[in-house]
Amino acid sequence: MKIPLNYIFRNLVTRRLTTGITVLGIALVVFVFSAVLMMAYGVQKTLIATGAEDNVLVARKASNGEISSIVDRETAAVIFTLPHIAKSPEGTAIASGEPVVVINLNKVDGGVSNVTVRGVSTQAFTLRPQVKLKAGRMFNWGSRELVAGAAVERRFTGAKIGDVVKFAGDNWVVVGIVDAGGSGFDSEMWGDSNQLLDAFNRNAYSTLTMKLDRPEAFQDFVAAFNREPRLQQFEPKTERRFFEEQSELMAMFIRILGIFITVIFSAGATIGAMITMYAAVANRTVEVGTLRALGFRRRSVLAAFLTESLLLSLIGGLVGLLFASSLQFVTVSTLNFGSFAELEFSFALSPTIAMSSLLFALLMGLLGGFLPSVRAARLNIVNALRSA
Amino acid sequence: MKVFKLIFKNALRHKLRTALTIMGIAIAVMAFVLLRTVVTAWYVGVEASAANRLITRQAVSFIFPLPYAYRDQIAKLPGVENITFANWFGGTYIDKNQFFARMAVDPETMFDIYPEFVVDPAELGAFKRERNACIVGSGLAQQYGFKIGDVINLDGDIYPGKWAFVVRGIYKPRDKTTDASQMLFHWQYVDERMRRDDAARAGQVGWYIVRISDPAQSASIAEQIDALFKNSRAETKTETERAFQQGFIAAAGTIIGSMNFMSFVIIGIIMLVVGNTMIMSARERTSEYAVLKTLGFSAFHLVGLIFGESLLLSCLGGGIGLAMSAPFVAGFEAVIPRGWFPVFIIEPITIILAVSSALLVGVLASVFPIQRALRTTIVDGLRHIG
Repeated sequence: MKIPLNYIFRNLVTRRLTTGITVLGIALVVFVFSAVLMMAYGVQKTLIATGAEDNVLVARKASNGEISSIVDRETAAVIFTLPHIAKSPEGTAIASGEPVVVINLNKVDGGVSNVTVRGVSTQAFTLRPQVKLKAGRMFNWGSRELVAGAAVERRFTGAKIGDVVKFAGDNWVVVGIVDAGGSGFDSEMWGDSNQLLDAFNRNAYSTLTMKLDRPEAFQDFVAAFNREPRLQQFEPKTERRFFEEQSELMAMFIRILGIFITVIFSAGATIGAMITMYAAVANRTVEVGTLRALGFRRRSVLAAFLTESLLLSLIGGLVGLLFASSLQFVTVSTLNFGSFAELEFSFALSPTIAMSSLLFALLMGLLGGFLPSVRAARLNIVNALRSA
Repeated sequence: MKVFKLIFKNALRHKLRTALTIMGIAIAVMAFVLLRTVVTAWYVGVEASAANRLITRQAVSFIFPLPYAYRDQIAKLPGVENITFANWFGGTYIDKNQFFARMAVDPETMFDIYPEFVVDPAELGAFKRERNACIVGSGLAQQYGFKIGDVINLDGDIYPGKWAFVVRGIYKPRDKTTDASQMLFHWQYVDERMRRDDAARAGQVGWYIVRISDPAQSASIAEQIDALFKNSRAETKTETERAFQQGFIAAAGTIIGSMNFMSFVIIGIIMLVVGNTMIMSARERTSEYAVLKTLGFSAFHLVGLIFGESLLLSCLGGGIGLAMSAPFVAGFEAVIPRGWFPVFIIEPITIILAVSSALLVGVLASVFPIQRALRTTIVDGLRHIG
């Protein structure tokens, strides 16, 4: 079967304006489609990177996040003696009992938002090796000092080295900036757990995090945890799972909204493609007649117009994707509903998102181009040649 | 009059294309209305806020409590009419996917300060008398089928343990923007249990709501309240209810901003669809326009023809889109998890925006073809083919 491909290309160039508008329309739809997916994926990726697979996080069963969870010290002592918790060379458990609160800070671009302040124990940096000092020094244990995550330093005023943050009736000096490799910890401030508990006059941690002696031991750990009657109100999860769940609310919101919007968008763009292709057929009745007279079969004409439509949508898809992929360099920061604190993340493109965006564009082209192509193929040679 | 007839005839020449264009516009208008409704749903709290209410909360963050003792100190200030307070209870009802506000409040003063929560006096009396009673919003009652006398079991997190509350009243929202999905119960009941289980956390209040007699005095009263507790362990931050609500929205600014942006992208897409149709129609009719010009029709008539057709299409599309928006938005509301947006209604401003943007699209989409039709000389036009 011969397809007049040359004719198709020449046509797209000759009718530049209409071609351009159709491509732009599809590009916009694909842009929005992939941008939304990238945003949801970005939130998820950041929070998944926050948790390690071989760390366990214990929170109160009914709690919706770290700040509403309460684990008292007696319970913590019970949990820290469970089997399968990794030990440091000195023999202490690699575990951190952490009070987590949010405080208000002024954002650089105006407004106030919540920043997570996490009290950590001495083993916290063994637990989370991705958190590294970037500038300044680490806080001293036993003093009211904080280190700020890189995103906090960037996004908030008063979180630079030497600045004083005031809460819990005390002044806390920011002495260092830590880089947590693009994870959620970049959006937190850390201090000494005991100092925070003392300042807040609290006797209970929010959550506990501990390292397993080997990653496969999680099931055994959970089994041991559930055998302990004093721990019924608490629940262990891998740290990764816990933080991933914190992204769910946000990611789901973005996706539901995004999918609704793109479904409507795509209907609009399909209609746009259909209008263009019907017009293309109507305008080129004589040309179709000529093609047929030259010996091209009906199915060749059908294939030609379908190819044209798919080509238009593929170009549109690629253009849209190109624009969307430039979003990867954009980091945004917003209140994460899951943790009730500001979280910085960047749009993240995955091969799946790229593929589905292109498939989506082609689908629009196929749907929009099919009926008009059938009409072109069914034209009668004599009538087509006569119409002018 | 002839021109109008011609516009209609022109629009009906390609019935399929016209139908598709109108459908395209209608769909885009629906998307626009949906997005704007999501945006305005965020602002419902701001709209529902009263000018004569101040919110006093802990200066460091909303999650830290204030001492109950502040109540009398604030109440004594001149200009303060009444004061009530509330605690965010949190917890879980059935599972973690059931979101609605659960708050411990002062039963005596709560409904005086929030007159938009309309409760039957008999029900309110029953609520006040019983320690473990609660009042739920009519929206919530409808969603979960709560009736008076039902027991609602909550699993506490901030206030650990199992909690059971008996429904003694159902409040109705006074305004469209009033949140009808809250569950309110006795602060004293929660506090008693804290006194027993965790004495250090007893006698704490989440935030105070202060009613003032003169809204013009709000700034100075807010300052006086904060000055009372300056340099204490729990400093306060007092602002108008409106500013307080806006603070919540500012935090989610990025999401709202991107939705705003998208709603304009949608307008762009409608413009492309209509514009493309108009350009194609005008190109096909190039020779006809030349004939009209030859017959003596002025440029004014040509402009009217193209402009009129474009406006006709966009108005029809916009009208159909608006008519279909209501069921569409309702469908979206049914899909999103309950309680994300306590109030989800299409605001009048959304409809105005949608209508005006449809008109704008109609105007702008005709610019290109008009320009082309005016520029083409009669001779070129007559010579033009397809």
